[in-house]
Amino acid sequence: MVAPVTTPAGSGTRAAPGRGPAAKPWLAWLVVVPFLAYVGVFLVYPTVLVLAGAFQDADGGFTAANLVALGEGVYLQAFLRSVELSALTALLGAVLGALLCWAVSAGGPDGLLRRVVVAGSGVLAQFGGVPLAFAFLATVGFQGFVTRFLNEWLGIDLFARGAWLFELPGLTLVYTFFQIPLMLIVFLPALDGLRPQWREAVDGLGGSTWSYWRHVGGPILLPAFLGALLLLFANAFSAYATAAALVSQGSPIVPLQIRGALTGEVLLGTENLGKALGLGMVVVVAVAMGLYALLQRRFARWQ
Amino acid sequence: MAMKVVRWLVLGALGAFFLLPLVAMAEFSTRGVDGGRSLDSWTSILSDPDLVDAILVSVQLAVTSSLVVLALLVPTMTWIRLRLPGLRRLVEFLCLLPITIPAIVLVVGLAPVYAWVDYFVGDSPLTLTFAYAVLVLPFAYRAIDAGLSSIDLKTLAEAARGLGASWGAVLLRVVVPNIRTALIGASLLSVALVLGEFTLASLLNFDTLQVRVNLLGKRNAGVSIAVSLLSLLFAFALLFLLSFVGRRRGTVAEEG
Repeated sequence: MVAPVTTPAGSGTRAAPGRGPAAKPWLAWLVVVPFLAYVGVFLVYPTVLVLAGAFQDADGGFTAANLVALGEGVYLQAFLRSVELSALTALLGAVLGALLCWAVSAGGPDGLLRRVVVAGSGVLAQFGGVPLAFAFLATVGFQGFVTRFLNEWLGIDLFARGAWLFELPGLTLVYTFFQIPLMLIVFLPALDGLRPQWREAVDGLGGSTWSYWRHVGGPILLPAFLGALLLLFANAFSAYATAAALVSQGSPIVPLQIRGALTGEVLLGTENLGKALGLGMVVVVAVAMGLYALLQRRFARWQ
Repeated sequence: MAMKVVRWLVLGALGAFFLLPLVAMAEFSTRGVDGGRSLDSWTSILSDPDLVDAILVSVQLAVTSSLVVLALLVPTMTWIRLRLPGLRRLVEFLCLLPITIPAIVLVVGLAPVYAWVDYFVGDSPLTLTFAYAVLVLPFAYRAIDAGLSSIDLKTLAEAARGLGASWGAVLLRVVVPNIRTALIGASLLSVALVLGEFTLASLLNFDTLQVRVNLLGKRNAGVSIAVSLLSLLFAFALLFLLSFVGRRRGTVAEEG
């Protein structure tokens, strides 16, 4: 007996007049308490801990030293490299992914090709992580399939210029492997939203394929494309697993710096530096996601 | 006609780009000692007890996490639509929050929380369920929200209440059967995400599938690559299945 029994027509929170139990709205709130408590303990509390910890010194006093440290030396470099990696792979992923969307959407919505591509994209975009790192070790690692092939048949040494796979260029290559699929997932619905009638109207007025994309398709899709670009940026910026499995020495990007902070590679007195790095990441991702939401709203007009 | 050629060129080039690593994984994991082929990497998956344990842990986590997230969300979201619409924005915000908090940041704040979990509940790897349910919140929320939107919840609930059903019966015997495809979708997605999760498990020091694969890779890349390929194919099978679930829900929505 959690809930008060009122008339079946009890719409919303307004209690039926004259019926006793419904006058206790706090009973209705009781149902959502488990959810709020759970999310409070395992999501809100940890988040607050990180955000607040960024402003605390080892004894819990207020300090801005952690944040100041972010603007210097290795930490600043890590942020710059993270932004560079995320922006580059977002751009690559968005352009190539949009092309793939176009190629896939020409087939029927229930076609096998599309089904396979969408399911495969889901795997690579959301499941990827560690397996992706090993996929690339098997392909272009020191003993990889392609590395060996190029070496034996064409005499090309992929690693002539150093262990690039375990540094930024390698991360860029591996990241496109989940960025393109993510673009497919978020952009395909937008492409589906283009009505065939618009195309027919352009054709009827004597327009070419180019003028259709230039004056109709392009402008309509632009907000969705830019939004997807931001989402891809945020996605690459927060990715950790692939980089962690690939790069075991050094911490070129921010997520790996946080790993260093968690596993004790920090100097005494900078225990809260990991939290400051976390705050920095949250700010960057929140800005990207906020802009994404704005663009989504603008695009929704056409759907 | 020219468009058709370009279209197949795009599909061919990107298809090759995405299939090449899979072929390479198959090739790499079947290398023998003297340049021949061998299935040693594949057979040793099952003969490594630590790896088998890790796989079992991940599978259990996938089940418990999906159940916990459904148990948390279905009653709450139903109740909010029926009685507390004012809370909808807050719940949506909380459910989508994990998208903005990268897992690598969340784990920094979760580490102290897990010190308490360890103290009260123990250090079983299954305690990761608590964190994983949070991780899959956004995906489960979206699936369940779509499911609840596609039915006339108010009328159904009022009819059931009018006939004397308790709120529990409304939930289990009216709401759940009506949004079962959404629930299956949410569960499949949660299972796939949990099986692939690495960040939280590795930094909270639990031995799950991905953590073990990463560790193994340091000394025996062949086995790690074999398991990676296997898990990618398994996730693909799950999501391929999901595409049929999604379509059935789609046709129902069109009729309604």
